[in-house]
Amino acid sequence: MSAPFDLNDDTVVVIIGTGAGGGVLANELAQKGVSVVALEAGGRYLPDDYINDEWDSFGQLAWTDPRTTSGDWRVAKDFSGLPAWIVKAVGGTTIHWAGASLRFQEHEWKAKTAYGDVLGANLLDWPIDAAEMAPWYDLAEDKLKVTRTGGRDGLPGNNNFKVFEAGAKALGYEEVHTGRMAINSAEYDDRLPCQQTGFCFQGCKWGAKWSAAYTDIPRGEATGNLEVRDNSHVARILHDDSGKVTGVEYFDKDGNLQLQKARIVCVAGNSFESPRLLLNSASPMFPDGLANSSGQVGRNYMRHMTGSVYAVFDKPVRMWRGTTMAGIVQDEARHDPSRGFVGGFELETLSLGLPFMAAFLDPGAWGREFTSALDEYENMAGLWIVGEDMPQETNRVTLNHDVKDRWGLPVANVNFSDHPNDRAMRDYAYRKGAEIYDAVGATRTFPTPPYPSTHNLGTNRMSEKARDGVVNKWGQTHDIANLFISDGSQFTTGAAENPTLTIVALAIRQADHIARQMSSGEL
Amino acid sequence: MTSKTGPKGLSRRQLLLRASAAGASFVIGSGFIAAKDAAWASETAALKPETFATLVQMARDIYPHDRIGDEFYVIAVKGYDDPASAEDIEAGIEALDAAARGKGHASYLDTGWERDRVDILRGMEESAFFQTIRGGLVTGLYNQKAVWPVFGYEGESYSKGGYIDRGFDDINWI
Ligand SMILES: Cc1cc2nc3c(=O)[nH]c(=O)nc-3n(C[C@H](O)[C@H](O)[C@H](O)COP(=O)(O)OP(=O)(O)OC[C@H]3O[C@@H](n4cnc5c(N)ncnc54)[C@H](O)[C@@H]3O)c2cc1C
Ligand code: SF4
Repeated sequence: MSAPFDLNDDTVVVIIGTGAGGGVLANELAQKGVSVVALEAGGRYLPDDYINDEWDSFGQLAWTDPRTTSGDWRVAKDFSGLPAWIVKAVGGTTIHWAGASLRFQEHEWKAKTAYGDVLGANLLDWPIDAAEMAPWYDLAEDKLKVTRTGGRDGLPGNNNFKVFEAGAKALGYEEVHTGRMAINSAEYDDRLPCQQTGFCFQGCKWGAKWSAAYTDIPRGEATGNLEVRDNSHVARILHDDSGKVTGVEYFDKDGNLQLQKARIVCVAGNSFESPRLLLNSASPMFPDGLANSSGQVGRNYMRHMTGSVYAVFDKPVRMWRGTTMAGIVQDEARHDPSRGFVGGFELETLSLGLPFMAAFLDPGAWGREFTSALDEYENMAGLWIVGEDMPQETNRVTLNHDVKDRWGLPVANVNFSDHPNDRAMRDYAYRKGAEIYDAVGATRTFPTPPYPSTHNLGTNRMSEKARDGVVNKWGQTHDIANLFISDGSQFTTGAAENPTLTIVALAIRQADHIARQMSSGEL
Repeated sequence: MTSKTGPKGLSRRQLLLRASAAGASFVIGSGFIAAKDAAWASETAALKPETFATLVQMARDIYPHDRIGDEFYVIAVKGYDDPASAEDIEAGIEALDAAARGKGHASYLDTGWERDRVDILRGMEESAFFQTIRGGLVTGLYNQKAVWPVFGYEGESYSKGGYIDRGFDDINWI
């Protein structure tokens, strides 16, 4: 059979969400000859559609369906209805992402062993390790054409990088470069090299940055084995009396409820929607939601320890010109408890345009302390801190039955509070960030609080034992053999690195596993 | 894949907007207090002219940028001059004036010094009215393309071919 597929075709693999996890999985399975129906809540946008304007692009691409928040994180106060900044579109958040593509460090696969017991943290070792993942990382780096891997050159440094590099070297940092980026440093994969337009977060109009939207998705469709239905919001996953999943109910383009049958269902809606969907699929047989015998669905939500440092100089920097995030210091990524915390962090260059700077520099602030900073926008340099945060059982996604989305479904409430380790790491990283800029003559530096989460992880975590998590080492749920989790919600722990390369590597590996199990008849 | 498009240049409209923004920033200096009889104030649709003038002054006092002319603050709050919000805004400004009177001034607009007006605002910064006005300004003011040049921000760059040949790495002092 080839696409399009019938609603009653129960031989297809249904994938929910088409971002880093779902989009890659869909293509990988299609390339292997597996029939796939991918259901995506958002619409289709290609490079010609992307907008070089922060708020207009946000309006075009961002997930703005209702969500609620609680906990002591500042996002719950400043952006109470927007816990995450992620995309609702074919290709998911790979349209917005900046492209930083780093492998986990070896010890990070075994955080519990490496860090020991940390009070209040629900640490666990991944059931896989660096050696197991190495070949899959190779494939992922080649798919994304990551710079500084596979013999590819690095990107040239922009103004923001040059300030950052000079400061970092003055401080004695050694691992300082323009990053390993899923942005073409030369023409690869029929895509142009980076043109330094500086709107990486708004979708790359040149296609220089890898995004599933214009690589994996159309390539999967070209096989005839993949059908992507956009504007299709999955409401519920269905199962039979034996406890196997049998299909999904979704609202189509026109708002009509449809039922797509399936042989296998893979959930890849990012770390809020994936657990929400499992919880909203509760049934008499599974009253706590699907795949939730451990009670861990929705728990251990991680968002990385983040923050930014912006610095003002007496001369122009014009940080917005060129790649948004091509610059990194890796010296602090190591685990070194003498700094007062476990785990490590990366420092990466970051720039926001004026409209987002006004919104995020110090949300809620007003008066001259704030405006005198913005007045120096042209002379600013900026960096982003991304470090490992501690999984905590109480940081979790639950259903908020008091608030319904347009389909009448309870929305996700996201509860988050920093762990003391997160705070200690952030304070230390803020100081280091400020020192970098002070070393090259900053006249003023600002610690900027975390933005609405861009990295969302852990809410359906991977575990060796069924009682500790939701999925096994293949992303297959412990409870239901033909139900998989294929996005960042599988993460057992977050590591210091930006997550997407790992999400992609896991998706390629999962496709291989699913195809093998299908042909052996196990699934 | 997308082909490399040639630089398009600015439209006439964009050029005009930039020109007026730059001009205004020199004409209207700091300390300019919105006049009750200014043309834009008397042209209000739903709000009393004094109310609107007070709102504009309040907007400047919340996000004061001395190089940005009043017309940008006017645009930023113009949306409130609407029957749907008029009642709330009148009530909010009345509360602001009451707070000013409580500190010995005739009204907020008649409070001559920025320092004193900011003091009044600090006293009501937790109020829903203040938060609505402040929150709206974040996009209402800073998302006006015409104010960006005042901050040096260059906005859209794709149509000009990005910065690859236009100074992405032109810093010369580091
Ligand atoms: C501004 C920004 C910059 C970033 N930069 C980087 C970076 O430099 N490096 C890095 O590693 N990561 C980066 N990230 C993070 C990266 O984008 C995410 O980690 C990654 O895209 C997550 O993949 P995912 O598959 O879990 O979810 P997503 O890519 O978010 O895809 C989920 C998809 O599922 C769809 N969906 C959800 N619910 C349903 C439903 N019920 N029915 C149908 N469809 C549904 C959504 O619409 C969405 O399209 C960045 C993110 C942002 C926002
Ligand atoms: S800076 Fe490079 S990668 Fe980023 S949007 Fe522009 S061309 Fe694309």
